[in-house]
Order: sequence, then C-alpha cells, then structure tokens
Amino acid sequence: MRDQIFSLWVYLSASPLLGLTLTLIAYQIGLFCARKAHQHPMVNPVLIAVVVLASILIISKTPYQTYFEGAQFVHFLLGTATVALAVPFYERLPQLRSLGFPLIVGLLTGAVVAIASAVGILFLFDAQRAMILTMVPKSVTAPIAMGIAEKIGGVPTIAAVFCVLTGVIGASCGKFVFDRLGIKSMAVRGFALGACAHGIGTARAYIVSPEAGAFAGLALGLHGVLASVLLPLIFSWISK
Amino acid sequence: MLNGLTLLLMLQLAGESVARLVHSPVPGPVIGLVLTLFLLKTAPQVSEKITLAANGLLAHLSLLFVPAGVGVVLYLRELAADWFAITIALCISTVLGLAVTAWVAQRLILRAKSEHKS
Repeated sequence: MRDQIFSLWVYLSASPLLGLTLTLIAYQIGLFCARKAHQHPMVNPVLIAVVVLASILIISKTPYQTYFEGAQFVHFLLGTATVALAVPFYERLPQLRSLGFPLIVGLLTGAVVAIASAVGILFLFDAQRAMILTMVPKSVTAPIAMGIAEKIGGVPTIAAVFCVLTGVIGASCGKFVFDRLGIKSMAVRGFALGACAHGIGTARAYIVSPEAGAFAGLALGLHGVLASVLLPLIFSWISK
Repeated sequence: MLNGLTLLLMLQLAGESVARLVHSPVPGPVIGLVLTLFLLKTAPQVSEKITLAANGLLAHLSLLFVPAGVGVVLYLRELAADWFAITIALCISTVLGLAVTAWVAQRLILRAKSEHKS
C-alpha cells in the first residue's frame, strides 16, 4: 500500500495536473473565505490562494518549477486577458472622451507618486539596486510589469511578486482611502483601483459595481499602454 | 465562446509577432490590445463574440495572478534581506498612488463641470 501511495505521489508530482488543480482549489478556497466574510476588502482571494499554495510547496518541499509546470496554463492566460481588456476599454470610449483628460492626468500623477515613493523608501532603507529597479513597474499589470522590469534591469519574476502584493494591498485599502477622501463617484473609485492595483484591483472593483469595474479595466489598459511606452524611454534617457 | 477565444488568441499572437519583429518597447499583449480595439471599431460583427470570450476571461482575472504570486517562494531569501523596506514601500506607495489618482481625477472632473455651468 505504501509503495502504491508513493508511486502515485511520484506520478502526480511529475504531472502538470496536480499544480493546475491545486491552483484552482486554492483560489476556490480564497473565494469561499471572501464570500464568508461578505466580500470584505481585507479578505482577498488571491492572497489566500497564494498563502495556501506557498505553504503547500514549502511543507512538501516541492520546487516552484514543478508546481509551475501545471500552473503555467493559468499564468499564460494573463497575456490573453491583457488583450481582452480591449473590450471594457472599447465600451468606455465615449466616457473616455469626456472624462479622458481628468482621468489620464490622475493616472499619471498617481503613477509618478507611487513610483517615486516606493523607490524613495527603498533608497532610504538602502535596499539592493536590483530590488529598487524591480519596484518601479509594480503597479502595472503583471505580464507588462515583467517585460518592463526586464528592460530596465530589474528581476521579472520578483516584479510579478511585487505586482501581486501591490494588487492585494490596493484592493484591500481602496475603500478606506476613498471613504477618507470623500470620493463617492464609482467611476473615479474604479479607475483609481485599476490604475494602482491593476487586475486584482479591477477584480475588486467588479465586485463593488459593474461601473467601477469597467473604469478599472479602462485604467488598467491605459496604464499598461502608457507605462510600457514611457518607462523604458525614461530609463534609457536617464542611463545615458 | 470558442470563436471569441480563438480570435483573442490570434490577436495575442499577432501582437507578440509584431513586438518581436520590430523590437518594440511595448509588450506584445499591449499591441494585441490595440489591435483588438481596432478590430472592435472596424468590425462590429465580430465584437459580440470577442466580448463574450473577453468577459469570461476577465470575470476571473484575479485567479490568473495566483501562479505569479506563488513565485514568492523562489525569492524568500532575497526578500527576507529587505523585507521591512519592501513592505513599507509597497504599502505606502500603493495607498499614496490610490489617493493621488482618485483625488486629482475627482478635482479635475469637478472643475470641468463647474466651468461647463458658468
């Protein structure tokens, strides 16, 4: 019996099936907890899924690469989802025409403040240079951030981790920040969530209201386009 | 759904190919996004199919970030060296970013509205 269990484990740990299924189960656990907590912003399904999976990997001493063999099928869809963002973007084009200027100026100032404060704090604490560069694209959506990090001399896979953490923090804190500032417009709240907390903020915004979600998707797409054009340009200019 | 997904994958493929061919600084998926926008604008007959597939994919957008997040296990040592600075930097910059984006956008919208009235 023990031999059979062992050979089953050998099979499962080598096949992508386990990593893929565990990813979906862990995410379902996250969604379940969020539902139980009445969608409280602090109970984030992504964070729960990541903690569950990371604990499983550490306890079972499974290398991340083995897990990723299966999880890559989910990860791959990030690129497709970025393309799919064209849809909320397109649907909000009329509003973008009237609100475009305030929203884009808000996005750019917010992005500059976020990058400057993150980089500044790491400088103050004397963090490693690669970490500082990796921190720059963190509020852009993960696949784009990884590309930018690579171009400016950061570490793409750590950039993805920073991205996910930023998304979770933004999705959790958004409500409190907006309430504090007295911002009631769902369009603006959603837009800021998508701009600063990318896909995870957008998912949160969709839970709050469809309008907030659509504007979050718009912000996410805009931020991705602007950051991927501007950040490498600015960096090649600075390093000259 | 399948039609739409095929189209989305084709657009992603086109985006990646363009990005590689011209050594574009803009990542492939973003070029795919722009191509999709053009397609939605010029060919409304396919937009319904793309919309269906896109909404299905975007409904579970946050699931897609899970594998990248689990990547944290690879860098526990590097992150541990600077964990305090990283935590502070991530929290403060994200909250500041949210506050500034929302506040500036709200201000400018209100100003545009009041100018419109007067």
